[in-house]
Amino acid sequence: MKSTENQIIDSLENTEAERSENKPADQKYTSPYAKRISKRTRIKEKIIKYFFALHGFTAVVFILLIFIFLFKEAWGAFNHIGLVDFLYQESSQTGNKIYEWYPTSENARYSLIPLILGTLITAIPATLISTIFGIAAGIYLSEIAEGKMREFLKPAIELFAGIPTVVLGFFMLVVGATFFQDLLNPANRLNAFLAALGLSLVIIPIIASLTEDALHSIPNEMRMAAYGLGATKWQTIRRVILPAAISGVSAGIILGFGRAIGETMIVLMASGNAANLFVELFRSVRTMTATIAAEMGEVSHHSDHYYALFFIGVVLFTITFILNLFAEIIINKMRKKIKF
Amino acid sequence: MEENPKIYSLNSRAPSGTLLKKSKFDLGGFLALSVVRILFFFLLFLLFFVLAKIIYGGLGVLSLDFLISAPTNNMTEGGIGPAIFGTLAVTIIMIVIAVPVGVFSAIYLNEYAKPGVVTRIIRASVNNLAGVPSIVFGLFGLGFFVLFVGKGIDELLQTGLYLGQPALLWASATLAVLVLPIVIVSTLEALNSVPESHRNASYGLGATQWQTIKNVVLPQAKPGILTGMILAISRGAGETAPILFLGCAFFLPNLPVTYIDLGLFYIPMVNPADQFMYLAYHIFILSTQSANPTLTQPIQYGTTFVLIALTLLLNLTAIIFRYRFRKTLGKI
Repeated sequence: MKSTENQIIDSLENTEAERSENKPADQKYTSPYAKRISKRTRIKEKIIKYFFALHGFTAVVFILLIFIFLFKEAWGAFNHIGLVDFLYQESSQTGNKIYEWYPTSENARYSLIPLILGTLITAIPATLISTIFGIAAGIYLSEIAEGKMREFLKPAIELFAGIPTVVLGFFMLVVGATFFQDLLNPANRLNAFLAALGLSLVIIPIIASLTEDALHSIPNEMRMAAYGLGATKWQTIRRVILPAAISGVSAGIILGFGRAIGETMIVLMASGNAANLFVELFRSVRTMTATIAAEMGEVSHHSDHYYALFFIGVVLFTITFILNLFAEIIINKMRKKIKF
Repeated sequence: MEENPKIYSLNSRAPSGTLLKKSKFDLGGFLALSVVRILFFFLLFLLFFVLAKIIYGGLGVLSLDFLISAPTNNMTEGGIGPAIFGTLAVTIIMIVIAVPVGVFSAIYLNEYAKPGVVTRIIRASVNNLAGVPSIVFGLFGLGFFVLFVGKGIDELLQTGLYLGQPALLWASATLAVLVLPIVIVSTLEALNSVPESHRNASYGLGATQWQTIKNVVLPQAKPGILTGMILAISRGAGETAPILFLGCAFFLPNLPVTYIDLGLFYIPMVNPADQFMYLAYHIFILSTQSANPTLTQPIQYGTTFVLIALTLLLNLTAIIFRYRFRKTLGKI
């Protein structure tokens, strides 16, 4: 007796849950006439379902495969080079610590410190510049532009995001470098600053569109309430809209930073590629991505140098993975908060 | 903002009194909004400046001959025909791999999977895959497709070194993984925008779930899926870093074409095991590593112009497509 009761309750709960999910119901509850569906059709439906389910996991599988195969190829680095050598190497004569990336020398040195610093000195200024421009563009698109203007400008920013990075690298190399050489007279013609500017052209659309999304998802009632209290437009944006959308905006900045760290072609073409420890904004630097791109083509497979490059890949993948996950969590939290 | 819940009489001032003074001009706000406007239009100006500069530099070089012929005279003359051919071959194979997998994956996520931990993991993976640096995809392609899959096939078939080296097929496969999130996300959006009532109507008529998907959902979602496909092609054609060490060549005397012998005649076919030239790579290599970068600069501009025209036209098509798709959906 109790079991049948439970069954009824279960089925009620199930249908309730399905209704709330707003999804097509499971076969069992599709319709009261479900029995009319022949066994053959049911098996066919099952097979089709599993066929799609198989494809459903492709993204998960590839994330795992990337993880596994990067580690597999980088594994030799732990055996042949050692983790400490990725930080510094002690000079045989003086015993001083040397922070150098010089894998082709007879006494190969694999310190990642100059590469990490090179990455940071291009990625951080790029993110700062992009934050200012990206948020401004997001505010403009969401709060200021209206009607036809907005319909035209939004795709324009989207088009910006569609420019291949190699084109931006080429532009920085050919036009930007000459322009800033005349303007600022930097120590090196190709330098971290130039790369950072190129990078920000890539990141601005990312931050802009995520900011626009976040601002636009704020319910209009909040704007109206602020206006009703007598706030001006800017006061509304500054005190009401931006604070409410802050998680979406910061997720955009984090994603942009991750992209700046992982971007290859622009830094490869515009940063000058010199692995110095003393990084300066107006000197040539070498980033992690550019190192892989420049050296991978020339190393023999399964040499120490090859393992070291894959190890850089592992570091890059880990950093961007964590940043992406972080941004994802923030965005999910925001979605939950705003849904009312 | 937390004020005491005390009631203000009619002639007392509101808590933050200055707000109510309508006559006072909000100078700070006006300046701030102006700064936002100026930054935005400076950005827009920059975008059009980049485009204009490349169009200006590239138009002079552009001719039919430039698009068809191969580079000659140590890359300083001739055209970019093989690079265009390589780009088309790679992106077509890429899309053939990526679209079915991506669309099926999205169908599972949107139509079959129930919200829960599994779907959240899949969605997180899709987003994360989109954020993996492109150079890491290059390493992955080398480690997985070339050295694991390719070498594995070679050993299995005893063909010697055939697929176990950087080749067109592996470049396409790697790019397919790279654009997979784009295909999945656009398809998801398209499927999600099909009204639930249409599905229920189909079920009400006695259709099974697959019949509903096939006859009701997919036809409506087709423009959205197509948009994703176009965006994926544009992204794949513009990527350089992943294919740097997957068979991209500076210069090849022959196109990556093989002839299948059918006895009476030959059928030309893209050789998936061959190396290839690529538009994006061509720009990179000409501007950084050719013997005389200034001498080849017109060709660099021309190549950049072709690439940017290709990607922007594709993107523009996708944007217009999506816009019209949303408009028609709004009417339903």
